Amino acid sequence: MHDNTVERQRLEVDIACVGFGPASGGFLTTLSRGLAEAQGELESGAMPGMPPQVVCYERADDLGSGVSGVVTPATAIRETYPDLDPAAIPMAVPVTSEKVVYLLDPIGASRRGFAVRCADAMLRGLRFMLPVRDQAFALPFIPKFLRKDDGLVLGMGQFNQWVAGQLMAEAQVQLWPGTPVAEPLIEDDAVVGVRLVDQGTDLAGEPEAGFLPGMDIKAALTVVADGPVGPIGRKLDERFGIPEGHARHDWAVGMKVVVDLPEDCALEPGTVLHTMGYPEPEIFGFLYVHEAGLASLGIFVPSSLDSPVRGSYRYLQHWMQHPYLWRHLKGGRLRSWGAKSLQESGRQGEPHLCGDGYARIGEGSGSTNVLTNSGVDEAWTTGVQLAEGVLELLKSKQPFTRDNLEQAYVHRRRESALDKESRVAAKARVGFRRGFVRGLVGMGLTGVTRGKLGAPGGHKTKSREVKSLAEHYKGAIPAAEIERMEAEASTSQRPLQDVYMDRVGWPSIPFDGELLVSHQDALLLGGKVQAPPGYANHVVFLAPAECEACETHLCVNICSGQALTLDGDGRIPVFDREKCVHCGACQWSCPAPREPGRDVGAIALQAGAGGLHSAEN
Amino acid sequence: MTDGFHIVVCGSLVPDPIQTLEPVSGGERPALKNEAMLPSVLDPWAACALYEAARLAANTPGSKVWLVSLGPKAQLQQLMMKVAQKTPFELVAVDGSASGFTDSFEVAEALSSAIEGISGLDRSRLLLFGGCASASRDAGVTLQMVGERLGIHDQFLGVDELTVQDDGSIRLLERVEGGRYLASVCEGAPLVAAWATGSLPEPPNSPQVGMQNMRTIMPALAQAKPAPLGGEGTTWLEVEVPKQRRETRIVKDSSADEIAQEIVTWIKG
Repeated sequence: MHDNTVERQRLEVDIACVGFGPASGGFLTTLSRGLAEAQGELESGAMPGMPPQVVCYERADDLGSGVSGVVTPATAIRETYPDLDPAAIPMAVPVTSEKVVYLLDPIGASRRGFAVRCADAMLRGLRFMLPVRDQAFALPFIPKFLRKDDGLVLGMGQFNQWVAGQLMAEAQVQLWPGTPVAEPLIEDDAVVGVRLVDQGTDLAGEPEAGFLPGMDIKAALTVVADGPVGPIGRKLDERFGIPEGHARHDWAVGMKVVVDLPEDCALEPGTVLHTMGYPEPEIFGFLYVHEAGLASLGIFVPSSLDSPVRGSYRYLQHWMQHPYLWRHLKGGRLRSWGAKSLQESGRQGEPHLCGDGYARIGEGSGSTNVLTNSGVDEAWTTGVQLAEGVLELLKSKQPFTRDNLEQAYVHRRRESALDKESRVAAKARVGFRRGFVRGLVGMGLTGVTRGKLGAPGGHKTKSREVKSLAEHYKGAIPAAEIERMEAEASTSQRPLQDVYMDRVGWPSIPFDGELLVSHQDALLLGGKVQAPPGYANHVVFLAPAECEACETHLCVNICSGQALTLDGDGRIPVFDREKCVHCGACQWSCPAPREPGRDVGAIALQAGAGGLHSAEN
Repeated sequence: MTDGFHIVVCGSLVPDPIQTLEPVSGGERPALKNEAMLPSVLDPWAACALYEAARLAANTPGSKVWLVSLGPKAQLQQLMMKVAQKTPFELVAVDGSASGFTDSFEVAEALSSAIEGISGLDRSRLLLFGGCASASRDAGVTLQMVGERLGIHDQFLGVDELTVQDDGSIRLLERVEGGRYLASVCEGAPLVAAWATGSLPEPPNSPQVGMQNMRTIMPALAQAKPAPLGGEGTTWLEVEVPKQRRETRIVKDSSADEIAQEIVTWIKG
C-alpha cells in the first residue's frame, strides 16, 4: 500500500485542508475573506513572495456529492452571509412549517416493547380526542430545543457547491475534488502535511502501469475536516489518542432519498416533518420539502437498535409506505439516493481538537449537537472559529503549534455558545442504549433541564455489541429454523435482513419501478456510485480470521450499498467497491475487539476515490 | 521537424451521463429538468482530444495547449476543479448555455471567435482538436464548422491516432465503416482533428499541474465573454429521450459469451 521507500513528489503549501463539507466551507470562506482583506500583507511561508497557499482536497469526484438533505437553523451560515438569498441556492428554502409525528405500527411487525405497545393502545383508544390520523399522532407542540424556527431546508450537495463557487470566485484558496488523502505526515509528533492516495494501482494497492505514488503535501497547518469516519481523523486518534473519558459509542446510518413528489402533493415548500416510532421505535425519520415539488426524506437507523440485521434500505421502504407519509409520496419518483454515518456521541466523542501542525473541525471533531439534532450549522461554526484563529496567527507571524492553536482556536471554541450548548447536550442520547422509551425520556429531560438531568446510559457500546440472531429472535423463530434460514440466505445471496423481516411478518415491497425500487436499482438510479480505476480498495479486512469467526457479520447486514457480501461459504465478507457509498457503517459496527487506542476492529474504511455522485443530494 | 504546435482543444461540459436526464419545455427553447443541479463532466470525446493534445505537446518541444470551453460560467468553474489536475493547459472560457439545445452553427461561431481572440496563437502551427461529436450538443458538425470559419481545410473526423513523422508530416487514422481505419498523411499544421476515443487512459490527478493551471483558469473565467446563442430562426417542435427498458441482475461468474448471448436474446425480446 503506502510504501515509504517509494520516491514521491512533494508540494509545499501553507494550509492543507482535508475534506470539503460545511466545516471546511466555514473555514475556507472566513479564511479567504481574511486573506483578501489583508491585501497581500500576509506572505506564504511555502512560496515566499506569494500570498498564503491554501488547498483543500476532497475525496469525492465532485464537491458536494454524497451528502444529505438537511434542516438547519443556519444561524452561523447567515452570520457569514448576512445577505443570503436562499433562492440563489438550488433546493434551499426557508422553513415554513415543522411537525414532530409519532408513527403507529400499521402492520404489526414492528418490535415494540411493553411501554411502546401501551402508548400505541392509548393513542388508538383516544383517536377521537387526539390528533391521530393515518396511523400517526402529530405532537401538538415541538419542544423549543428541537425547533428550527427561521431555519433553512438545504440540499447539502447543492449548498456545498454554491459555497465552492463563492470560494472559487474569490480565488484565495484552491479546491480539488477527486483527490483522496491517504494519511497524515507526522514527524516528531507534529503533523507536517498529508500524503495523497497512490494512483495507478490494482485493488490490493500494488503498482500497475501508470503508477503515480501519492504526492506528499507539506503544510504548516493541516486542517482535518474529513467527517465522522474519515481516515485522517482516525489515524490521528490512533497516534495521539482521544481525551480521557471520551468515546464514540453512539452512531447511526442516515439513509435518504430525493424524490420528485407527485403533482397533486399538497406539501408546501419549506415543510419539515420529523417522525419516530416506525418502522422500529428506535428509527427516526425526516421529510423536508424543497422547492418545485422536490423533497428529501429518509431515516436514521441508530446503533442503539439492538438487531444483528439492522440494514437501512428495507426499513426505508416500509417507512415511506406508512399511511401518514404514503398519502404524500404515492406516485412520486426516486431522483437520488444515498447514505452516511452520523457520529451521535457529539461532545462525548470529541477528539483532541489540535496539536502541533493540525486542527480538527466539523462532525469528526464532535461538533454535532445531539440534543437539537443539528450538525451543519455547528460544523460551519467550528470552521469559522478556526479560520479566525488562523488569521490571528498568520498576522502575528506565529507558528501553528499546539499551544498557539489552543489559544487561537480551542479557547475561542470553548468560549462560544457552540461549546456551551454541546455541554448541555453531551449526554442527551445515552439513554437510548437502554431502550427507546428511556432514551426519549432522557432526551426530553436533558432538553427541559438544560442538561442537568438525563437518562443513565451504562457502559455497553451498542454500536457493535448486538445480540446473536438466535437471541434476537428468541420466541419468534425457533433456533433450528434460524440456522436453516441463514444457510438459505447464503445460498440464494438474499440479504439476511430481507429473509428475517419476511419471516416475522413484514410484507414484501410492492416495487413500482419509480419510488419503490430494489436496493440495486437504487444504486443505479439514485446513487450513481463511482469507482474510478487505478485506486486500491478502500475497505480492507485487517483480521480475516476474526471475520471468519464472526457470528453476526454485522458489517454485511448494515452495508448501505450491499457492497459487502459473504463469500460462497458464508463465512468471509468480500468487498465490491463499485457499490460502496463510503458511509463507513461497516467500520463502527464491526464487533471485533479493538486494540487499546484504536477505533477499528477487523474492517477499516481507508481513503479511497469515488463514492456517490449526485449533487442533488 | 516542427517548432512545436499550438493545439486548441474545443471541449466543454455535458451532464454526467449516469444522471437521469429529462427534457422539459420552457421559455424559448427546451431545457433539462434541474439542469443547474446536475453534476457535469468534460465531454468524453473532448476529454480524449485533450489527453491526446497533452501527449503530443509533451512530446513536441515548443508546443502549447489551450482549452476553449463554452458553458455557463459557474458550471465551468466547477468543471475546471475536476479537469485542471489532469494535464497542463490554458483555459479560454466563453459564457453560454451548454445544454443540448443550442444550434451548432451558433456554437461554432462563438468558438471560432474565441479562438481568433487568443493572444499569441500562431495559426500556421494550429492543430484544432475536439471530439468527433458532443455527448449533448451537436450532430458531429460543430468542429468542422469551426475549422471552416478559421480557414482550415485539412479536416479529419473520427480520429483515433495522430503521429508526427520524421519529415514533419502528420499521419492520421480515421475510423470508417466496418471497424477499419482510413490512413491519411498531410503536410502538417494547420489541421482539424475531431477525435473518436484515441488510445489514452484518463491521466491521474497531479496536484502540481492543478496549481499551475489554476493560475490562468481563474482570470480566464473572470474574463469570459457571453456568447450570443439566441437560437434565432430555430423552432423546437418536440424533444424526448429514447425509450428505455431496464432489468437489473447481479451476475458474477458468467462468461463473456454467456453474457453476450443473454443480451442478444434480451434485445430480440
